[in-house]
Amino acid sequence: MNLALYVHIPFCIQKCGYCDFNSYAGYGPEAQRSYVEALMHEMDLWARRPEAAQMPVTSVFIGGGTPTVLDGELLAAVLRAARERFALTPDAEVTVEANPGTVDVAGEKLHRVREAGANRISFGVQAGQPHLLRRLGRIHTVEEVERAVAAARAAGFENLNLDLMYDLPGQTPADLRETLTWALSLEPTHISAYSLIVEEGTPFFAAQQAGQLDLPGEEAEAEMETILAELLGAAGFHQYEISNWARRGFECQHNQVYWRNEPYLGLGCGAHSYLQLQAPLGNLGLPAPRLSASRVQGGCEVHTAPGKRGDHYRFWNLRTPTAYRNALEAGRLPVEAGEAVDEATEMAETMMMGLRMVSGVSEERFMVRFGRPLESVYGQVIDRLQRLGLLERRDGAVRLTARGMRLGNLVWQEFLPE
Amino acid sequence: MTDQKHIRNFCIIAHIDHGKSTLADRLIEYTGLLSKREMEDQVLDNMELERERGITIKAQSVRMDYTADDGEHYVLNLIDTPGHVDFTYEVSRALAGCEGALLVVDAAQGIEAQTLANVYMALEHDLEIIPVINKIDLPSAEPEKVKQEIEEVIGLDTSIAVMASAKAGIGMKEILETVCAFVPPPKGDPRAPLRAMIYDSYYDSYKGVITYFRVFDGTVRKGDRIRLMASGWEGEVDELYVFRPGLTPVDELSAGEVGALAASIKEVKHVRVGDTITLVENPAKEPLPGYRKATPMVFTGLYPVETNDYNRLRDALEKLQLNDASLSFEPETSEALGFGFRCGFLGLLHMDIIQERLEREFDLDLITTAPNVVYHVNLTNGEQVVIENPAAWPDPANIASVEEPVVKASIITPSEYVGPLMELCKDRRGTFLNMEYLNTKRVNLHYKLPLAEIMYDFFDQLKSRSRGYASFDYELAGYEVSNMVKMDILIHGNPVDALSSIVHRDKAERIGRTLVTKLRKLIPRQLFEVPIQAAIGSKIIARENIAPLRKDVLAKCYGGDVTRKRKLLEKQKEGKKRMKAVGQVEIPQEAFMAVLSTDEEDD
Repeated sequence: MNLALYVHIPFCIQKCGYCDFNSYAGYGPEAQRSYVEALMHEMDLWARRPEAAQMPVTSVFIGGGTPTVLDGELLAAVLRAARERFALTPDAEVTVEANPGTVDVAGEKLHRVREAGANRISFGVQAGQPHLLRRLGRIHTVEEVERAVAAARAAGFENLNLDLMYDLPGQTPADLRETLTWALSLEPTHISAYSLIVEEGTPFFAAQQAGQLDLPGEEAEAEMETILAELLGAAGFHQYEISNWARRGFECQHNQVYWRNEPYLGLGCGAHSYLQLQAPLGNLGLPAPRLSASRVQGGCEVHTAPGKRGDHYRFWNLRTPTAYRNALEAGRLPVEAGEAVDEATEMAETMMMGLRMVSGVSEERFMVRFGRPLESVYGQVIDRLQRLGLLERRDGAVRLTARGMRLGNLVWQEFLPE
Repeated sequence: MTDQKHIRNFCIIAHIDHGKSTLADRLIEYTGLLSKREMEDQVLDNMELERERGITIKAQSVRMDYTADDGEHYVLNLIDTPGHVDFTYEVSRALAGCEGALLVVDAAQGIEAQTLANVYMALEHDLEIIPVINKIDLPSAEPEKVKQEIEEVIGLDTSIAVMASAKAGIGMKEILETVCAFVPPPKGDPRAPLRAMIYDSYYDSYKGVITYFRVFDGTVRKGDRIRLMASGWEGEVDELYVFRPGLTPVDELSAGEVGALAASIKEVKHVRVGDTITLVENPAKEPLPGYRKATPMVFTGLYPVETNDYNRLRDALEKLQLNDASLSFEPETSEALGFGFRCGFLGLLHMDIIQERLEREFDLDLITTAPNVVYHVNLTNGEQVVIENPAAWPDPANIASVEEPVVKASIITPSEYVGPLMELCKDRRGTFLNMEYLNTKRVNLHYKLPLAEIMYDFFDQLKSRSRGYASFDYELAGYEVSNMVKMDILIHGNPVDALSSIVHRDKAERIGRTLVTKLRKLIPRQLFEVPIQAAIGSKIIARENIAPLRKDVLAKCYGGDVTRKRKLLEKQKEGKKRMKAVGQVEIPQEAFMAVLSTDEEDD
């Protein structure tokens, strides 16, 4: 079994108006340094555990927050530490997320990162119009994006993603067309295009509640989707997930691990992991004594026998950098809580995540994984969704139709256990 | 047993928030029955709901001892009356149990419609009425003007009126003295056959029904076998009580006294307000006059949101009925809503209270269909059918005419709001009867209105069009022929029984349009286009379309999102389960409530 590694850097220069990620503005270099120390400590603890030691690691993703808020040397140290402690395969994909506004003109930081083994870079660009960037709360300019991309190229990054957003307040289809044309001129290998989700607790949410978020509206959004398909398709990109487009061969390996519902280890504050646990996780009562999905809160003294071998667990680290660091300073894994994922839930999640991909869920893979044909578990659901025109079944896979891609929630919920 | 000469039975008549409960509390406090600290704010309004709404639903009573300035010891029974038009009959029975009434009028606001109705009722029962001008300590108080209004409008002699402020404790002694001096003592022969009138009851899970009564003739003792003359129930008196203000056991109660009894009565339906208690041995020949059975005026369908809650809903209704014989219900099935109950209420407030209690005290999630009145439908074959449910509406081809219940309404308002209020009444199909000036600034408007038209937000409209100054009261005034039709709502071509309503033909288009517009907003978009139509018979009178759902997808889902997004989808799925499927269309419960208010204003 392979493993994917996620490393969370929770720092940002400032929070964007739409962002509900676990990220914090205002931490200085000292706090950042001690966070990285804690991160390395966490790597040490995991490197000694059976779930991660010697496991071939096929991808590493340094995400945030904004990893490039860190000093170049510090960020390189994180990459080197991961490489030293875990068994990265020779062709492992190693991605670093970057904000164009946190990359120096000389490209020093990107050089360091590339030298330390990163081979894929993902820039948060979002839009190509100054007024939209301001509206989103982005710290960078259009020109800085261009300079950052050039610097990445110069540093030797050939695999390069640009994150874009659409259905933004104040955005027109013409804006998106302009953004895409411009973004494509920067010659990325991958483009993520997310339609805006207004998440609770964000300034955008507050604005929406107050009736002050001028979203483009349904027709404009539909038009934007047409523009995306048209321009990206013409430029030789193909859509392989709801919000992701790539040139052939440049699909993000790491993210496909999530969508195939395969194991990953998350490091850093608030990071989530999905693993088959083989030894108790501190005093969290994980693995759980019962096989059903039971949530266990941190801190309680539950000593349990390990669950059935093969059961998956999802657990997550303490959310704030401080709590995370304190746990590690005390020599503990910084896990906050977790849940056992029983087979029914695992199947549902395999469908929910797998059907995000254009290639869908392979019937063969399902059979191999669960020892049962997809038909015997979800035959009726699939039939019903097929009749509704949301799913199609061909070439040994079940996948969303074009309409299903826009109505994924309706499809996925049908696979959840009652 | 107290000597009749020293008993005073009285009640308080007041408009909501003119200070009735506060006054009762102060009197109890003044007579030393309870100390200030023992008073749980307002002793007489027991139910949480009553306190919140500042109204009295169940009549409560209290017995106070008072030594007057004349040196005599008096027993004062204060019978608190319900304060709403839905409970007019209950009020009339409580008044029948008294010889006097305190008429509490706010010194700043003057007489209100509700007060007036109850004063007239008290006068009908020959009660001695003592005006109490309350809140005289308010800067805006105009006690002399109010006194004058009482004299002019009601024709009461205000020379014995008491100036008071219940809040500040002013005038309590004067009130008690006036009660002792002017309210006549009860009459009745303690040795005659027993006749006691029931004016309220409640269910106690240990003792059975606790029956509140006023003895008019004879004496009842612990251990007596009694008969309730209208219901025919017979049994033995386990306990007799007076109100101090809790139930305090006594051995006997005789003519003129007020008290309660427990007799292991299992069901409140045997204990009807207005019924006469007599003894099995040596019974009274005639019951006391004035008994009538409570008849529900307003009906609605109550359905559990969770189908599994059907039995819980039935149990809850049964429990409430234990305490409220005027609540009626029977099983009903709706294609759209499944299994539920058709419930009858005395009026809208009664309905509201029952619904709220079901939700609060029994933790039930309910879907309520639009309330309707009871129609008398005359068929072409000469028969008349009584319709409590739109679902039972006869084929229009067989209908000769329809009669609907009407009320005589009295609206007291400052004269500057007469225009807007007349407009409101006209809009509600009202017929103007007459208008009288109470003084130079206030008028009493009399209208005949269909009961169905005051069911929805009439009261709210009345208040908003008069800046809160108008007050309103009504009495039922029989049935009148009216052009009523059944309006159906079709969703995706399927008629939805729970959305059908009976409307006046002239207003059908407007109501239909408003309703389909509302439904379009309330019903979530589906995978296909959904037409919503309002129809009378086969004629479509309004139509809206719900465009098909275009997009519903989580744009982002990575490793850290799986649990949260799965829960989000679970919630969405759960929400869908709570919807009711009509054909292929999923309809949220709020849609069924949309019919409750069909006014365009609240769009």
